[in-house]
Amino acid sequence: MTVGVKVVKAPEMTVWERLYLPMVFKGLAITFSHFFRKSVTVQFPEERPEYPYGSRGLHRLNRDSDGRVKCVACDMCATACPANCISIVGQPSPWPDREKMPETFEINLLRCIFCGFCEEACPEDAIELTGIHDFASDSRENMIIDREGLLAVYDKTAPSRPRRAGKTASEGASNVEREGSLHA
Amino acid sequence: MDLLGFVIAIVKALIVLVLMLSTIPILVWSERKLSAWMQDRVGPNRVGPAGLLQPLADVVKFLFKEEVMPQGAEKWLFVAAPVLTLVPALLAFAAIPIGDPIHLFGREVTLQLANVNVGILFVFAVGSLGAYGIVFGAWASNNKFSLLGGLRAAAQLVSYEVSLGLSIVGVLMLTGSLRLGDVVDAQAGTFFGFVPRWNLFAQPIGFLIFTVAAFAETNRAPFDLAEAEQELVAGYHTEYSSMKFALFFMAEYAHMITVSALLTCLFLGGWKVPGLEHIGLGPFLFGVVQTLAFAMKAGFVLFFFQWVRWTLPRFRYDQLMTLGWKVFFPLGVANVMLTGVLLLGSR
Ligand code: SF4
Ligand code: SF4
Repeated sequence: MTVGVKVVKAPEMTVWERLYLPMVFKGLAITFSHFFRKSVTVQFPEERPEYPYGSRGLHRLNRDSDGRVKCVACDMCATACPANCISIVGQPSPWPDREKMPETFEINLLRCIFCGFCEEACPEDAIELTGIHDFASDSRENMIIDREGLLAVYDKTAPSRPRRAGKTASEGASNVEREGSLHA
Repeated sequence: MDLLGFVIAIVKALIVLVLMLSTIPILVWSERKLSAWMQDRVGPNRVGPAGLLQPLADVVKFLFKEEVMPQGAEKWLFVAAPVLTLVPALLAFAAIPIGDPIHLFGREVTLQLANVNVGILFVFAVGSLGAYGIVFGAWASNNKFSLLGGLRAAAQLVSYEVSLGLSIVGVLMLTGSLRLGDVVDAQAGTFFGFVPRWNLFAQPIGFLIFTVAAFAETNRAPFDLAEAEQELVAGYHTEYSSMKFALFFMAEYAHMITVSALLTCLFLGGWKVPGLEHIGLGPFLFGVVQTLAFAMKAGFVLFFFQWVRWTLPRFRYDQLMTLGWKVFFPLGVANVMLTGVLLLGSR
């Protein structure tokens, strides 16, 4: 044989197995034993599972130590975004240490694929993905999050999830945390 | 029939109907719960305590769903089919007794709607009419998947009805009567003083065949080929929605209830509890305990139905046919022969 063909023979069944009924009872015993096991269900809104630190959810816009928005409206994240869902309008910044700041900063969460490229592209570590994932809404408009919304996410999650800037991946990964719901 | 007899008959009919229809939601709930527990899940737990109101929510959902009738459907049959499936299952229960006759208002009242002397034949004849509903519904839907499901249901019915009939011949030979009450009465007492004189022990092969055929009769897994959602979308009820679908759904459970009660009567000693008459209960309490015993036995059979459903995978179509014709049919004939020989020998 030129091509490597591996013939897999189905295992021969013994007479006992071919009688079928004994195996049926074995199966019934197995399912019966499961009646008394602990269920693996997580009762979601009340119970929340622990997600790894690296899980990617809702974005946030970080603040610097003075409480100002860190973003400098360089548009790198919007350029990197494969889903084309970030739109930024910049304006001159009032502070001397940077030229620009975002006037509007909108992310269309319905288009976002939560790839995290924006976070990787950002030179200022200004945009980050949090672990929040339950932000359903009943209208499309509500799924577009603006600058204030993104900053609010930062204010909410900053205590439990410090900025990742400067952290190595392994440091981050060891930090398993729990974050609340956006609407909670 | 005098007026009182007429009133009693009506009241009995209503009680049986209400009992059956109110058992169905319980079965729906237990089906969900049991499947969940077997799969290490929790099951419905949001609607009412322990999800007990889930069937109610289902009903509301069914009521508000849109009724869809496919283009080119055979209108009359399409509408009639769900009814034709449910009604036989409810009707068949009429001939099944659930307890010894009781004395009420100075007369004897049988705990059974119709004490016909060919009770078993009646149950079989009416019960299997349900398959017509399935076949009609499947054909009237004008849908190829439905049609395939209907064909399977018909073929399955023909194959397993034979074994089902053969499986009880042994029981009938032992009893010598087609009246279900007589069959149950013949199972009172014990063998050797400790084994209940149930046909389960006297006719183990018949019991096995009957149980397996019952799964095929009720279109339950592992013989739910008429539905076979992985191959046939939803089989015979693919095109059904809203309450029409709900009727099919109820029919499946109604058939289960009827078959469980029949199985209890034929093989599990009906309402007979060995040794109960020695305890010395009053006649009323005695009747209550017997009826409760019947309900518990039938309940266990129902539980078994659901247990098997969530354990065994569906048979392939050819396996189903092979099993029916090449295994259970000869086995049934052999069982009849064996019973005959043993009966002759013991004379
Ligand atoms: S996570 Fe990906 S898709 Fe979403 S905004 Fe960032 S770059 Fe775009
Ligand atoms: S979030 Fe980062 S990459 Fe995006 S515009 Fe602001 S500074 Fe630039």
